[in-house]
Amino acid sequence: MHILKSDKEKTEKARSAERKQARFGEDIELGKYAYEAEELPYQSDLSALPGEAKQQMLQTGVTVDDVSQRSGTIIQMDHSVVHSLSTQADIEVMSTTKALEKYDWLADYYWKAVSVDADKYTAHVELNPGNGYFIRALPGSKSTFPVQACLYIGKKNLAQSVHNIIIAEEGSELHIITGCTTSPREEPAMHLGVSEFYVKKGAKISFTMIHNWSPEVAVRPRTGVIIEDGGIYLSNYVIMKPVKSLQANPIARCVGENTITRFNSIIVAPPGSNMDLGSQVILNGRGSRTEIISRAITTGGNIVARGYIEGNAPEVKGHLECRGLIMKGQGRIHAIPELMGNLEGIDLSHEAAVGKIAEEEVEYLMMRGLTRDEATATIVRGFLRVDIEGLPEELNQQIKNTIEAAEKDLM
Amino acid sequence: MPETMLEIKELSVEVDGRPILHDINLNIKAGETHVLFGPNGNGKTTLLMTIMGAPRYQVTKGSIVFKGHELVNLPMDERARLGIGMSMQRPPVVRGVKTRDMVNACARGRDTDEELARIVQDTNLSELIERDINYGFSGGEIKRSELAQLLAQKPDLVLLDEPESGVDLVNIALIGHLINELLQKKHPIRERMRSGLIITHTGHILEYVDGRTGYVLLGGTIICEGDPHEILKTIVKKGYEECRRCIS
Repeated sequence: MHILKSDKEKTEKARSAERKQARFGEDIELGKYAYEAEELPYQSDLSALPGEAKQQMLQTGVTVDDVSQRSGTIIQMDHSVVHSLSTQADIEVMSTTKALEKYDWLADYYWKAVSVDADKYTAHVELNPGNGYFIRALPGSKSTFPVQACLYIGKKNLAQSVHNIIIAEEGSELHIITGCTTSPREEPAMHLGVSEFYVKKGAKISFTMIHNWSPEVAVRPRTGVIIEDGGIYLSNYVIMKPVKSLQANPIARCVGENTITRFNSIIVAPPGSNMDLGSQVILNGRGSRTEIISRAITTGGNIVARGYIEGNAPEVKGHLECRGLIMKGQGRIHAIPELMGNLEGIDLSHEAAVGKIAEEEVEYLMMRGLTRDEATATIVRGFLRVDIEGLPEELNQQIKNTIEAAEKDLM
Repeated sequence: MPETMLEIKELSVEVDGRPILHDINLNIKAGETHVLFGPNGNGKTTLLMTIMGAPRYQVTKGSIVFKGHELVNLPMDERARLGIGMSMQRPPVVRGVKTRDMVNACARGRDTDEELARIVQDTNLSELIERDINYGFSGGEIKRSELAQLLAQKPDLVLLDEPESGVDLVNIALIGHLINELLQKKHPIRERMRSGLIITHTGHILEYVDGRTGYVLLGGTIICEGDPHEILKTIVKKGYEECRRCIS
């Protein structure tokens, strides 16, 4: 077990929140999971990783056999960072443990974007630390390729505890793809992941996360983003595979002026999956803009698709779009778009729609010679297609590949 | 190619249990373009949708034979693959499906990239090709998009539902030109193999596209058949009231 630097006050706060239920999602009994995992050896050669782990990682966009298209790689298995490497001098990639040892100032970033006592899950991560990744783009740097990060659970019944810190210093540009996955054995486990993002003045972060859990896994990510003047934060989230229980509601606080924040989520809930997913953006800086787009499909699972935009500064603009498609089975989609405006001159809007595929759309495509199945597949592919600006082509392609790979399960 | 492209005999159709068409008879030979006139709500679109095979349009009597195949029990996609193509008056928006996807789907891999690029250029669709199909399209843009899809599909029988509606004067000439290309109007008459059935409410399209036979559809029945220009002239001069008076 790694012991991270932490001050007494944070520990006390965490202790006070140990039994605090989260606002959303079912309450997970943490006591039934194991907290500790054996230390796994560092692998300087990624090809030496177990084949089944590599295969699972690949499905989340993490490539270990060829890292030529990556600016850096960090892989955490259970609680061990088994590999970390930056191939670009002005991008730092290391475990959070190492980073806290290296930089005293990093303590100031710890539990700043996410509250340590937000709920029992954040408290657990503080009280039972288990590593995480630290990625930092130095001032003015531009990442040629994305940095890839993987959080992998191999141990049965483990509550994987992760605390990530991502910093884009002034004027930098950082692209990250994170794959979160488990062993393919469909064993129970839990993932508790705290991620704190800091987008400094004029910086940009694109964060693409692909989840590929298994039907017995419970997941509670806790994410906070702080965006300064002129900063850009783009989040793309994709989950197409079953998960027992997943609840996340990342919050971006746009503290600077003229910031841009986008959350795109592509969510598919197969039977047995329970997903409560949202995005929140607090527009505190003049002229800041945001867009939250979610596309949810159920083939039998349950989805709550949330969105919240709060406008607290002049000339801010936000749009929220929740669209849900009920494909088959007894699944449910509950779209909850929320807007809060606190002064005149702001411009916030939302649209939400939940339904089945419109028959007239299927017929329109059949009129062009597509079979019913081809027409349905084309419409579903279109539904899941979210135009993502500002993302390197490689990442766009990865998202597309992930969607295409899962398409056959949808039909 | 059989000489008769489409033969409709004593066709009656109902929509949602309501009878709309009654004993329609119609025969279109290969290479011919026919024109359907009639006031709104008298069954013109119903006839085209029935030929195309939209499930809401239920045939209660009669037959539709296309190139020797009985169509009545065939689904829409099979009719399309047999060689029937239709331009809708108000096609649906399909979010996320791009105009390019539709044109490519219509081509079914037959056309080269160069040919598809030419279709996009000819239909002036460059700015719309990466947009969601029909989303926020103007009337003229919808027609051009529909015709681009048909040009890629290359159907033997082209069904056009009011190709001029909502189209401004600048675009109507282009629409006319595209329809003529689709119907091989530049070919000598005996070499034309594609047939057309065009619905027109205003008749404007006949300034650009010639038709061989015109019909007036009133109350779900074809009440008149003849030279389309002559029929149009009468309608423009005396309105459909004259048609009603004529059959009374």
